[in-house]
Amino acid sequence: MNNPCLLKNISYRAWYMWRRNVDVSLVTWKTNVLPPLLEPVLYILAFGIGLGAYVQQISYAGQAYNYIAFMAPGMVAVGIMFHSTFDTMYGAFVRLRYQKTFDAIITTPLSAEDILAGEILSGATKGTFAGAAILLIITLFGLAAYPSSLVILPLAALAGVMFASFGLYFAALAPYIDNLNLPIFLFINPMFLFSGTFFPLDGMPVWVRFAANLLPLTHLVNLTRAATFNRLHAGLLWDLLYIMVLTAVMACIAIRKMKTRLIK
Amino acid sequence: MPPVIKAAGLRKNYDELRAVDGIDFEINRGECFGLLGPNGAGKTTTVKMLTCALPVSGGDITVEGMSVNTDPRGIKYILGVCPQDVNLDPDFSVLKNLIVYSRYFDIPYAEARRRAEELIERFHLHDKLERPIEDLSGGLKKRLLMARALINRPKVLVLDEPTTGLDPQSRRQIWEEVRGMKSNGLTTLLTTHYIEEAELLCDRLVIIDAGKIIEQGTPAQLIEKHLEGKGNLEDVFLKLTGKHLRDE
Ligand SMILES: Nc1ncnc2c1ncn2[C@@H]1O[C@H](COP(=O)(O)OP(=O)(O)O)[C@@H](O)[C@H]1O
Ligand SMILES: [Mg+2]
Repeated sequence: MNNPCLLKNISYRAWYMWRRNVDVSLVTWKTNVLPPLLEPVLYILAFGIGLGAYVQQISYAGQAYNYIAFMAPGMVAVGIMFHSTFDTMYGAFVRLRYQKTFDAIITTPLSAEDILAGEILSGATKGTFAGAAILLIITLFGLAAYPSSLVILPLAALAGVMFASFGLYFAALAPYIDNLNLPIFLFINPMFLFSGTFFPLDGMPVWVRFAANLLPLTHLVNLTRAATFNRLHAGLLWDLLYIMVLTAVMACIAIRKMKTRLIK
Repeated sequence: MPPVIKAAGLRKNYDELRAVDGIDFEINRGECFGLLGPNGAGKTTTVKMLTCALPVSGGDITVEGMSVNTDPRGIKYILGVCPQDVNLDPDFSVLKNLIVYSRYFDIPYAEARRRAEELIERFHLHDKLERPIEDLSGGLKKRLLMARALINRPKVLVLDEPTTGLDPQSRRQIWEEVRGMKSNGLTTLLTTHYIEEAELLCDRLVIIDAGKIIEQGTPAQLIEKHLEGKGNLEDVFLKLTGKHLRDE
């Protein structure tokens, strides 16, 4: 129980926690399926058609693109981020504090690590699903090249684990549910706006680009945009590496922190 | 025969507070063992250490020779736990609560379904099968908790204040169930602050207060020792733990 090695306490039983959360999502599937499908349509209407009327062309890596086409892969990345972070951030907080779900499961053969790994996996599943749904919509609008855009699916799973881990970590830090506004204000919203989602970072001052490159979403956007533009290249491996390392680190930190709230 | 459960020098500190302050007890096979004490005595804390929901601060507690310190999973497979606070899954119906919970014990679906139906019958839950948990009365929730605790066919049943807050009818029904399980040979740990409940159900009991065991024996022994056989267990309890009010 007090084994310091995280991996040793994670077993196949993490999937039971995952299944529990997926079962809940299936009960309430309408509220889970509609937002990722409808949100991108709204964005495309508001930003693409509204703003796009003023900003018709945008230059990306030496080539000119439609504003809608530029923004679309950013939406995919944002969808992955929002859905996986919020699933663990609010979901795990509610299950921990209000529903006492973890208290019930901790006396079954699942370890705390199983429970929390299952939480991260189900958050990642939500994010992957959202990413796939948004990709489907932008594909219908003719904004994604194939087959290169297919790399977005495994990428969504990986980034989903990363953002779900962030969400779980924030939930573990927050004494009250209102405290969760803070990471949204300080972390999620800045990423939403400044990760190259709505405008290219190329023309920005050096310090802005530097700051943006610390944000994990920036690296995900680099990858999704290269995928939908069919412009994947070896230089993107740095973005991938950044995400992989941060995913591993955050998953460990989040599980460790949340475990101290689960068993005192 | 070696005892099924053995606590030795068991301690739990919450910062400064010694919630459980070095207690020892043994529970034999097939026995219904009572942990009796006023509110805040340390009953739930002891139960949580036994069910591996809380790490121990000192000492050890073993179940069938397995220690909570080294083999929590092995212990958790053979325990049936009915917690003091209702922690049913509010996202699921009555039936689904049992099915999902059985998964945590690696029970395959067909078998889980069979066991769930059996327990639903036994605990009179059938007209509520598809109801959300929030619609259930307090007594029904406790019955479902008890049914859930049995889904893995435990060797040891842990009941933390199973009847607190229930009306007399529901309480009686729970007592019937506990008696029935005892006659089937299930080893049971029961915590309560209802003395008549302990007198009725427990073969042996310990009285704890402020994290320490202050008396132990069979109900009859305690009445004999403290009241020369005149009176009931409640009088013994009040004599030992005092009459002042406990705030929690
Ligand atoms: N998580 C906790 N943190 C700090 N103190 C606690 C915690 N849980 C219980 N306590 C304290 O430990 C003591 C024993 O509590 P508990 O085991 O719940 O008693 P009982 O179940 O006998 O009513 C009480 O004084 C209680 O306030
Ligand atoms: Mg208690």
